[in-house]
Amino acid sequence: MTKLQLQHDAEQFLYQQAQLLDSKQWQAWIDLFAADGIYWMPPEPSHTTWEGMPAIFAEDRNLMKVRMGRVLHPDAWSQRPLWETNHIVSNVVIQKAAKNGDLEVRSRFHMMELRRDDVRHFAGSYLHKLKKTPKGYAIKLQRVDMTNAQAAYDYVLQVWV
Amino acid sequence: MLQERSPDLSGYVEPDRVRREVYTDERIFELEMERIHERYWIYCGHESQVPKPGDYYAVQIGRQPMLMVRGKDGKVRVLYNRCPHRGNMMCGDRHGNAGEFFRCSYHAWTFHHDGKLRSIPMMESGYKGTRFGKDNPDCSMKPAARVESYRGFVFASLAQDGPTLKEFLGESRIAFDDMCDRAPEGEVEVVPNCFRVIQHSNWKIFLENQLDALHPSVTHQSTGRAAHEVEKEIARAAKKHKGGNAAPLSYHMLSAFATVTIDKWDAFQTLNYPYGHCILTGYMGLRPQDPDTLAYDKVMIKAYGKKRFEEIVGVNIHHVLIYPGLSVQSPLQQLRAVRPLGVDRTLTEIWHFRLKGAPEPIYRRSLAYYNLVNSPATLVNADDLENFWKCHQGLSSEGGDWVTFGRHFGRDIEKPGVVETGPNMGTSEAPMRNQMKAWAQYMGAAR
Repeated sequence: MTKLQLQHDAEQFLYQQAQLLDSKQWQAWIDLFAADGIYWMPPEPSHTTWEGMPAIFAEDRNLMKVRMGRVLHPDAWSQRPLWETNHIVSNVVIQKAAKNGDLEVRSRFHMMELRRDDVRHFAGSYLHKLKKTPKGYAIKLQRVDMTNAQAAYDYVLQVWV
Repeated sequence: MLQERSPDLSGYVEPDRVRREVYTDERIFELEMERIHERYWIYCGHESQVPKPGDYYAVQIGRQPMLMVRGKDGKVRVLYNRCPHRGNMMCGDRHGNAGEFFRCSYHAWTFHHDGKLRSIPMMESGYKGTRFGKDNPDCSMKPAARVESYRGFVFASLAQDGPTLKEFLGESRIAFDDMCDRAPEGEVEVVPNCFRVIQHSNWKIFLENQLDALHPSVTHQSTGRAAHEVEKEIARAAKKHKGGNAAPLSYHMLSAFATVTIDKWDAFQTLNYPYGHCILTGYMGLRPQDPDTLAYDKVMIKAYGKKRFEEIVGVNIHHVLIYPGLSVQSPLQQLRAVRPLGVDRTLTEIWHFRLKGAPEPIYRRSLAYYNLVNSPATLVNADDLENFWKCHQGLSSEGGDWVTFGRHFGRDIEKPGVVETGPNMGTSEAPMRNQMKAWAQYMGAAR
């Protein structure tokens, strides 16, 4: 596979993931993760593992399912008001390409969130560790280093960034 | 002057209801800061947050920006975060190490860790013959009037007089005893991470929610239900593949919101104390018989002996509210400190502690709760914050004048030094009545 093709595939994967979030297709988003995949947002960039560490998110597929079940419940009060997000993903760099097709991809994101009449912005970098499977890539680890991770949160984060 | 402008508060608090302005009037908020937060004992932090000389942590007490700092003598002090020269804030970071001494970024006045003036550039030539210099206490950083700690938890009072910390805390001290006693070494150390979340509501709305045993099964139904479904799924999978693991205890803590139905919350009890402190009893299944717990029990029995061990793990607490700004979940070693930012804005600072000498899995267990419930991506507090915002919005309206706390009113059991809720009345609004009774006393509005 050419480098260009690999770059294209990696970018398309990230764009599709963002699209699933913004269109609230939670199950399809969860299905991008490998069976042992982890979504992790450390509270500060110096952290090297989620295990045994405080974390903003450190979710396996089971915990993702809890989060999805919560936001889909008719009495998830905080989900009732108008709530939309818009992700832009860019600066996609393939950091490692293994012989077996696995990838490590670094990118930057910007998420604008609308909740009721308020707009918030979250931005930072993604590190995707992707496993090559016959059905495409599966996320082994998605590390999200949010630039504003350490700032006080005006309200909270409802769903994955 | 202030007295003239102050509203007459004497009619604002009745035993079973409170005027809405108590939550929304900015003048009352300013008076609260003056008469409560800047007078009584406010939690600053844990001693382990500042282990080395020169380590400091910024903390807001009422409207006052303060620094908790460790001195070369090992003592932890609390100073106003202000240079006495031109009033510059001394430390602009939330935490750090001052080095050998504090140094103002404006004109390089330097101060020892206890706040005393150390040097001024060209002090001799610049200040000779003036009243400014080392002998003048006004040229040092001002310390908090009183600083005391209890089992490593540091509090400050900005008033010279008043009850001692121990007198003030009274029975609510059990929050720290319960937390520390559960450590085989008898003390805890901070996990170096603070989750900070802003609520768009008055600070008292948060405090009133802490011991509200009726709200979980209403507010948190969605999370309880979702966690319960996945918990069952995991159990089914474990059964299918023999030897699989059951869901972690943290799932059970979440699913309790759905499985403990609204009527069952009455089985809890609240104990209500002077100064507005309250305890909610109840035990969220924290003594299971799994291998992790049994290993912990073994270490504890070795440290304390069987009898004392049973006493320690038998303490039955869900939450301790220490008025006016601390909510402690001692069996899970976490606390939330409340910093009012304005009449309708409140910052919560949420910390987790490690039981010294306890096996790692016990730390991981409460860490899971800290992450799931108290992180900024909380599965639980999102719905609380939504309620708090709605509360504040509703109270700002003229649709009614009162907030009511009538549930089980008249059925409280008054004993010396404590008001208890009766049997099977855990959802009583006694804690809110107790908080407002204390508020009226603090504010000089008691009838």
